[in-house]
Amino acid sequence: MAKTGHAAAALIRIEAVSKSFGGIPAVDDLSLDIMDDEFFALLGPSGCGKTTLLRMLAGFEVPDSGRILLDGTDIAPLPPHRRPFNMMFQSYALFPHLTVEGNVAFGLKQENLSRDEIAGRVAEMLALLRLQGMGARKPDQLSGGQRQRVALARALVKRPRLLLLDEPLAALDKKLRAETQFELVALQRKLRTTFVIVTHDQDEAMIVAGRIAVMNRGRLEQVGSPAEIYERPKSRWVAGFIGDINLLEGKVGKGGTTLDTVHGAIRVTNAGSAGTTAWLALRPEKIALAMKKPRSGRNAVPGVVTEIGYLGDISLCKVRLANGAVMQVSMPNSGAELPSAGAKVWLVWPATAGVVLKQ
Amino acid sequence: MSSRGAQSWSQRAVLAAPYLWLVVFFLVPFAIVFKLSLSQTAVAQPPYVPLLDLGAGFAGLVDFLRGLGVETYVLLFSDTLYLHAYFKSLIVALVSTAILLLIGFPMAYGMARAPRRLQPLLVMLVVLPFWTSFLIRVYAWINILQRDGLLNSALLQLRIIDTPVAWLASDTAIFIGVVYSYLPFMVLPLYARLEQLDRSLLEAAADLGTPPWKTFWLVTVPLALPGVAAGVLLSFIPIVGEFVIPDLLGGSDSQMIGQVLWVEFFANKDWPVAAAIATVLLAVLVIPILLYERAQRRALEQR
Ligand SMILES: Nc1ncnc2c1ncn2[C@@H]1O[C@H](COP(=O)(O)OP(=O)(O)OP(=O)(O)O)[C@@H](O)[C@H]1O
Ligand SMILES: [Mg+2]
Repeated sequence: MAKTGHAAAALIRIEAVSKSFGGIPAVDDLSLDIMDDEFFALLGPSGCGKTTLLRMLAGFEVPDSGRILLDGTDIAPLPPHRRPFNMMFQSYALFPHLTVEGNVAFGLKQENLSRDEIAGRVAEMLALLRLQGMGARKPDQLSGGQRQRVALARALVKRPRLLLLDEPLAALDKKLRAETQFELVALQRKLRTTFVIVTHDQDEAMIVAGRIAVMNRGRLEQVGSPAEIYERPKSRWVAGFIGDINLLEGKVGKGGTTLDTVHGAIRVTNAGSAGTTAWLALRPEKIALAMKKPRSGRNAVPGVVTEIGYLGDISLCKVRLANGAVMQVSMPNSGAELPSAGAKVWLVWPATAGVVLKQ
Repeated sequence: MSSRGAQSWSQRAVLAAPYLWLVVFFLVPFAIVFKLSLSQTAVAQPPYVPLLDLGAGFAGLVDFLRGLGVETYVLLFSDTLYLHAYFKSLIVALVSTAILLLIGFPMAYGMARAPRRLQPLLVMLVVLPFWTSFLIRVYAWINILQRDGLLNSALLQLRIIDTPVAWLASDTAIFIGVVYSYLPFMVLPLYARLEQLDRSLLEAAADLGTPPWKTFWLVTVPLALPGVAAGVLLSFIPIVGEFVIPDLLGGSDSQMIGQVLWVEFFANKDWPVAAAIATVLLAVLVIPILLYERAQRRALEQR
């Protein structure tokens, strides 16, 4: 699905953009396309430059080098107030001296619209975000969730080409955050506005975004759909940042179909040229536990169960291998009996279960 | 239960503290001044009657109350000297406060937007004049404003004027002195307010399509209003009662109310009239404060 998006012209093209503060790079030679009408997530650990990139899009920071194009035109000469983008600030930045209505109408009043049109669009936006009846309140009379929706309404009412959201849900509690994530997706589908969300929460990025850019230290690690990034990470770093991962190091065997590890030869697919070092990345849910060695076909490595953690829907099992490495296995709690700590087990998976990583 | 009682008792004590302060340092002195304003002058020590004779018991109290009257207030409102002085004081305070706001706001704004590490230094510079005596600084202005003073020689050198101007002993000199002296009282509360202004609000305004000059009027100024109110009150009220500056820099043709009060008290030894002047002055000043308070409370209740 994301592949078809690539064929269309990019709404935003970020070309080799760099920005450093006091000689320390915050965004480093980053290139990225954002398509029209997509929900795009910038994901990365704290301090990796997500906010800096977003602020360069909004015009609050000027790139040291590189270009940002909107519909093919460089937007460097446009000051923030001339860019057809709106931002939802992490702190919401609601005007404390204005009512909810005043806040939402603020941006429209700069647009030479008639009074009626402003009132109509404000009312429509308040209804869309379930803020009816709160128009006359001041921001400090609202709950955190309501403030968040006012901030969203204020940015969306301008009908921007691009909505920038900087950690929009960080201040909400877990349950509200989960609800709001789905609301954001529904809102994006309905309004067909391009959303770019910044988050350091991988679950959030996976839930809301059609495509995710994983950033690390100012650089782009990988761009792709949530499934691509989860199932086909390009590097050990991405694999470890998105979800849990088990890594087995080895040398690629002849034909690129085996990996020679300390646990013996492991069957893989697409390992690349023989003789090079590579890592097999295996998600915990792709491994099965067996009490006896399976007869053939699948990979099997023996180990000892060290810990079992019950998480409700699944159980997490830690298994120590002969070389001391600990592997994580997750099993759905569907009634089958779980092994106990100390049990000798076999870790079993097919050749197609993992990804071979070169870096 | 008992601990809650003790807590509410200590809470009450905390709440009572400002009231106690008000009673001891405002209401009691004011009662004394007010009583004085209802007395008559006398060639005596102290220079007024009646005096409360506690030894005479109830009869003494009755005598004392009979001796009080409102003659001083009648005099105050019948002689235009006093009305003129009140009027002039209010005008001087009003105009100077307006000038102070015009100068002080840009100063405070500039300070608040200066690099963080420079700001303590800038605040120091604003406060620096307080390190010299107020009186000496006003005397220095006499030196600057006099006929062969610094101001005239500078203006002559720059060929802006060709004959020296008589700055001293004029209302202009009063305005210069007042604005100079009260500038920190305007700048500091404004700075304190503007310095707290969340910059992301300015960015949000820009993001919503507002050019910087408009953001200033739509966001910065409304959010600075409490600072403006504080600065205005801190300047306006003391300027109305100002004595030293008009006495040293102003002319002798018209006087401000502080000067009149001084003359009544020290030169004419008419303590009751002086006390009446002070009482009316207080009323004139307290009314705007009360109005301001009420407006604020209403704004709070509206929430
Ligand atoms: N105005 C600034 N001055 C100096 N350094 C800055 C400034 N803004 C950001 N940085 C630095 O740039 C780097 C990237 O910061 P940025 O805010 O973009 O990170 P982030 O990915 O948004 O992190 P977080 O998830 O914690 O918000 C950090 O090392 C930060 O200290
Ligand atoms: Mg950030």
